[in-house]
Amino acid sequence: MISRTGEMTDTLKITNLHVNVADKPILKGVDLEIVRGETHALMGPNGSGKSTLGLAIMGHPGYEITSGSVELNGEDILEKDADERARSGVFMAFQRPVAIPGVKMADFLRHAATNIRRPDRKEGEDLIPMREFRKELREKMGQLKMDTEFARRYVNDGFSGGEMKRAEILQMAMLKPKFAILDETDSGLDVDAVKLASQSIAEIGREKMGILIITHHDKLLEHNIPDKTHVILGGRIVETGGPELAQELHQHGYDRIRAAHPEAAAEDDKMKVEAAAAG
Amino acid sequence: MPQTETATGFTPETFEAFLASRDEPTWLTEQRRAAFAAFGELPQPHSGMEEWRRTDIRLLRLDKYAPALERPAVDSLPAALLTSGGSTSSIDEDLLDQTAPLVEQLTGVGDTPAETRLALAGQTAALNSHSISSQLIEEHAKQGVIFGSLDQVVTQHPDLVQKYLFTRAGDLRYDRFAALHAAFWSGGTILYVPQGVRIEQPLYIQSSITPGSADFGHTLVVLEEGAEATLLAELSGGEEAGGLHCGGVEIIVGRGAFLRYVNLQNWDNTVWHFAHHKALVEADARLQWTVGALGSKVSKVNQHVALVGPGANAQVNGVMFAEGRQHLDYHTLQHHEAKSCRSDLLYKGGLQDQSRMVWRGMIKVDPGADKTDGYQRNDNLMLSDDARADSIPGLEIEADDVICTHGATTGRVDDEQIFYLQARGLTRNEATRVIVAGFFQQVFDRITIPSVREALGHAIRRRIREYE
Ligand SMILES: Nc1ncnc2c1ncn2[C@@H]1O[C@H](COP(=O)(O)OP(=O)(O)OP(=O)(O)O)[C@@H](O)[C@H]1O
Ligand SMILES: [Mg+2]
Repeated sequence: MISRTGEMTDTLKITNLHVNVADKPILKGVDLEIVRGETHALMGPNGSGKSTLGLAIMGHPGYEITSGSVELNGEDILEKDADERARSGVFMAFQRPVAIPGVKMADFLRHAATNIRRPDRKEGEDLIPMREFRKELREKMGQLKMDTEFARRYVNDGFSGGEMKRAEILQMAMLKPKFAILDETDSGLDVDAVKLASQSIAEIGREKMGILIITHHDKLLEHNIPDKTHVILGGRIVETGGPELAQELHQHGYDRIRAAHPEAAAEDDKMKVEAAAAG
Repeated sequence: MPQTETATGFTPETFEAFLASRDEPTWLTEQRRAAFAAFGELPQPHSGMEEWRRTDIRLLRLDKYAPALERPAVDSLPAALLTSGGSTSSIDEDLLDQTAPLVEQLTGVGDTPAETRLALAGQTAALNSHSISSQLIEEHAKQGVIFGSLDQVVTQHPDLVQKYLFTRAGDLRYDRFAALHAAFWSGGTILYVPQGVRIEQPLYIQSSITPGSADFGHTLVVLEEGAEATLLAELSGGEEAGGLHCGGVEIIVGRGAFLRYVNLQNWDNTVWHFAHHKALVEADARLQWTVGALGSKVSKVNQHVALVGPGANAQVNGVMFAEGRQHLDYHTLQHHEAKSCRSDLLYKGGLQDQSRMVWRGMIKVDPGADKTDGYQRNDNLMLSDDARADSIPGLEIEADDVICTHGATTGRVDDEQIFYLQARGLTRNEATRVIVAGFFQQVFDRITIPSVREALGHAIRRRIREYE
């Protein structure tokens, strides 16, 4: 997309995306376009496919794209590995981050930041100088009110639920992506921490980031008022509105949505039965 | 009709020729004769023996190898790994460093900047079981420290060597390879540290073979009461043509003494490696023993730690990595003979391709060894579906008020971990290397010699293949 001043504005465009997980269709035609600088909220009942959408965009090999496209500035990124997608500016804060025992947060982040900032770096080439990196990391940790001791801990190893989510935000702050998908980054955080997270995300997003906030609550949206709110049900986005739609869902739940979209609601019920049967 | 003029094999003829080539005290010749007799009497190990159940040596042709009669024509050693200090980088750096050998990393020859080099208190080198050089800094020689070729020291200090050689820590009848070793050992190294003497800088042993040759090096270490030393040993060589190592290590850590000992075998992947290592740890003494197993075609090693005086403490670290069709079989024994001793063993192994690893560990607590605190653990990380690891922990406890625990895990590199790291911009190969490095970090965290950590870390990272 070309803005009025003529400069390119980065766009993440998802078109008619169909995704299978373990050979079962989970996403059944999702369309979504995020322009860098915008904030979008994605809401929907448990099991409706929110994380699946994020993981498919990020390139998780377990999520099989059966049709559709994901384009970054017009270029399809579906053929790219997750690391290439990350290096082209896509980030996801995971709902369930993975522990990597024996690997220190600081070492991991230094390596990650180097690769993201120098997308053409070859394996084995120098990393960002230690001193420079440490200073920046300490600063960011300070802003997130994280103890610097954290940098010496092993990645997500033995982290509390809240610590993991803070660590995901820290990673986003260090990696400065163009587009960030935040998958329930508010869950597991205490009241104060959610507030801080909400502010921090807004702060980081100020440097022009496209944000997709997946959430069941309204706290993260306090400082990140969505330009658009999407509702996903049965593997499809069934409604898109403004901030007031997020408010409504938060207060009244999904009854109206279900009634208005009986086909999607039936799909959703079917997926739940299948998921339960699959154990 | 004989094909070559030099006789090979370990026959009565080659044994006599070997004895005739040496000028040794009578007691030693007699000890060798007893060992050679035992070699003739003891059964050839076979799969019917519990210790040899998982290691097939039917392809081993002892008659292809010869005792160390003639000095090798070459007198330079292949580049080794342990001594070049490495870089001070953190684990995810230098991922593709293909060049720095361990020996350079430990002492810092080569390109290592001067400030990160490891200064040595002394070093010995042997090739094909012939000593080719030995040095000890003057200061320690004056203190009465003896460090050098066992071959030479046995003539200079026969009484000292006689007191310890195969008397306390070595059992020349343990099995046929122990007997073969005791009959034919040559070259070798002795470290003797008198009472109360502390050597700050490490001592370094390098032992190597030319392709097709044999190494029968013996290491004897005696720390008297209150002494302290760090000893690094590295075995390598045998490039593609194979070779045989039939070795032995005897260690006595005297009352209140402290020894850090690192033994790294980095043989070519065509070498047969057999060794018996035993340490006696006396009252209130400490031993930190790190075993690195990277090389060889087939390894069968016994590592035995005996805690013989109250309050003795042993930490045992194992870092193993196998590839191709390597077969590494390590048997450990933590023998608590006295009360109030601690032993803590952690072996970690990484396997790729069709390699195989066996760890069989035993904690044995004698009657009366009350208040024993014993621990053993073996973790293996499989980098391929075709590799196989066997962990066989065991406890034999005959005392009261004892804490003994053991554990073993075998796992694969987790796809979710790889995805997580890839989602942060690391390539699949970088992710795999980082995960493997993390796996070994837990044992590296226990090794208090930074250059050894670096060297082992480098060597392992270099071995990790590209993954699809
Ligand atoms: N790796 C997987 N293996 C099997 N089933 C999966 C997997 N990932 C997702 N699913 C199934 O796909 C459906 C959608 O899951 P997804 O995680 O996308 O839901 P969600 O909208 O994020 O839910 P929540 O709000 O609970 O996080 C569910 O039925 C789930 O069980
Ligand atoms: Mg989810």
